[in-house]
Amino acid sequence: MYKIVLKKQLSENVFLMDVEAPLVARAQKAGQFVIVSPELDAGERIPLTIAGADKNQSTIRLIFQRVGKTTAQLANLETGQSLGYVAGPLGRPAHIEKFGMVVCVGGGIGIAPLLPIATAMKDAGNKIISILGARTRELLILEDDFKTVSDELIIVTDDGSYGQKALVTQPLEKICQRTPKPNLAVAIGPAVMMKFCCETTKKYNVPTQVSLNTIMVDGTGMCGGCRVEVGGKTKFVCVDGPEFDGHQVNFEQMIRRMNAYKDLEKQAMEQYQQHKCKIGLK
Amino acid sequence: MDGKKLLQEMLDKKAKGQLKAKDRYAIGPQNMPAQDEQSRRSNVKEVALGYTETQAHLEALRCLQCPTAPCVEGCPVRIQIRDFIAAIVDGEFGKALFIIKENSLLPAVCGRVCPQEVQCQEKCTVGKKYKDVAMSVSIGRLERYVADLAKNGINIPAVAPATGKKVAVIGSGPGSIVAAADTRRAGHDVTILEAFHKPGGVMVYGIPEFRLPKAIVQEEIDVLEKMGVKIVCNFIVGRTRTIDELMKEDGFDAVYIGVGAGLPKFMNIPGEHLVGVYSANEYLTRANLMKAYAFGKGADTPIAISKKVAVLGGGNVAMDSARMAVRLGAEKVYLVYRRSEVEMPARVEEVHHAKEEGVIFCTLQNPKRILGNDKGYVVGIENLRYELGEPDDSGRRRPVEIPGSEFTLDVDTVIVAIGNGANPLLQQTTPSLQFNKWGNIIVDDNCKTSLEGVYAGGDIVLGAATVILAMGQGRVAAAAINNYLKNKK
Repeated sequence: MYKIVLKKQLSENVFLMDVEAPLVARAQKAGQFVIVSPELDAGERIPLTIAGADKNQSTIRLIFQRVGKTTAQLANLETGQSLGYVAGPLGRPAHIEKFGMVVCVGGGIGIAPLLPIATAMKDAGNKIISILGARTRELLILEDDFKTVSDELIIVTDDGSYGQKALVTQPLEKICQRTPKPNLAVAIGPAVMMKFCCETTKKYNVPTQVSLNTIMVDGTGMCGGCRVEVGGKTKFVCVDGPEFDGHQVNFEQMIRRMNAYKDLEKQAMEQYQQHKCKIGLK
Repeated sequence: MDGKKLLQEMLDKKAKGQLKAKDRYAIGPQNMPAQDEQSRRSNVKEVALGYTETQAHLEALRCLQCPTAPCVEGCPVRIQIRDFIAAIVDGEFGKALFIIKENSLLPAVCGRVCPQEVQCQEKCTVGKKYKDVAMSVSIGRLERYVADLAKNGINIPAVAPATGKKVAVIGSGPGSIVAAADTRRAGHDVTILEAFHKPGGVMVYGIPEFRLPKAIVQEEIDVLEKMGVKIVCNFIVGRTRTIDELMKEDGFDAVYIGVGAGLPKFMNIPGEHLVGVYSANEYLTRANLMKAYAFGKGADTPIAISKKVAVLGGGNVAMDSARMAVRLGAEKVYLVYRRSEVEMPARVEEVHHAKEEGVIFCTLQNPKRILGNDKGYVVGIENLRYELGEPDDSGRRRPVEIPGSEFTLDVDTVIVAIGNGANPLLQQTTPSLQFNKWGNIIVDDNCKTSLEGVYAGGDIVLGAATVILAMGQGRVAAAAINNYLKNKK
């Protein structure tokens, strides 16, 4: 179980994996996530959004960034090897409806979870304007998939190596200024990117959905580790989200909580990389 | 007097028919050997080490074998206590275990974690004579002794011929384990569906290793597997499959819901979102199930590196959290509870062990708010002092604020251990199942829910309670399921 049937490296630190998980593939809907671990016994549990599924093959697609020990361990697994386990699907599916015109904004690795939502929105009859942003050309992923699903596609990079030299908020603002303005915005990416997108859309009263990516342990609502303040109330990202009204999210507080283990994470990654070098593995 | 000598003396008197009640009283309660107070603060090995054979024998002789056996009344599953103790006196430990297992399937667990002082031991005639429950016969310790002896060579219960009926058991805690065993014994095809990657429920994620070794829980799981029960992990009912799908599409004829009380309660005071504030569920899951005590040495889940911890609450979960914080290296661990110590719902043994391990009890105090620095990290907790006022409806004296008594405790971690509610996931995904206003499943005396073929028990029905109550309901529900399936086409 949980065998990797396909593995691709999309950029220096971004990996794609299709993993055998028939029950998850069958039940999953756009916007949901899984909790995975590279090891059965004492591996760390991390949430990864489901980037797609193949019901026939019984696989789910995971696209993730190597940022710490656990994602590094996952990235070191090869086709034919297995993950420790995959639990899900978790979280509430994204709210999909015919809104009219939806602007989908993806930042960096956030582009991956955005794709199934943009696809579902398209299938529901929405006009899709997609804005994809990355620091540099090499880090831009899934461009072709977005070409297929979008009525209009805008690409921006921080350094101008591809598309416009801009942050995603710039084209987003221009789109909000159009008549008619978008009926909905969906923004997924690093917390600070979602925060700034929401500040932009708020000025124009464009409702905005975000997908939050807090630290999680169980993912089923029993620990409260993923709690965020939304509209002044406490919500659990794993069971009330991961999708929330971006204008109500307390991003500062969420960002602080996401940094809770920065030092230990750094220590674990250093230890892991040293270990790998010592025993001669890549 | 040396235990062996005393035992010999008692046995001699008994052989001559001269053993009187006053001889039995003179024996006195046998102390439970325990790991040394200081050294156990830095390991997670079991604290209570178990009676020696001599101690078990002496403790069993303290039982008067009184005709009314009020102890049985006090046991939620009516274990024939007087009879199993008589078997210990006769040295027939296998028989003692057999008697226990007629009613309880988890004696190695319950002997350790049952609140005996408010159950069997509260009713004990010996304790009543001394007007002190600490003088009761140590029934729990005897149960544990007998259960631990049987470790090697556990009998696998016989399974009736296949009925062709399928039962799904949701969750794998004590209630579900017992429901799975009893339905499997009747010959049904039983599958446990567990959300976590390891079965055992609160016995593995909540109760720490130093109170309940995981190997004991694993043995019970192994017995189930040897009986032919299938265990599927990483399966979240309500998301992976709904109850409706399990019954209408996946061929399950009956379902037992044993999902527990898995929703952490917070105090809703300012500062609860600061970095360093944990629900007890999160703290214990990281520490126990995910082995955060071994972070960087074979385990990968981090936990706060705490120097000064405040644990809010007075139950077993609060004690577990405080004692785990000690083991994770905290210099000071405060237990903050708004009533006085006698009102603490925790087991007396846990309170005793916590004090021995240096936990500082701050009773008649309650936090007003948690204080943080500009980075959003906990730096302290502001408490108010209380005094006991007039009794409320429950008869307990209600704690009353002393105005102006605010003071600050210097801490970097706060663990909220004030109870757990019902996880709402099943309620959200099973519209036809009836719940009460607190999110608990409504059942009749047979643990039957509002849905045909669906039964429930344990914390999801009772609210957060105990292993033995969950087990009791699991057995009632299993009997009802077996009856239902007998008559089902």
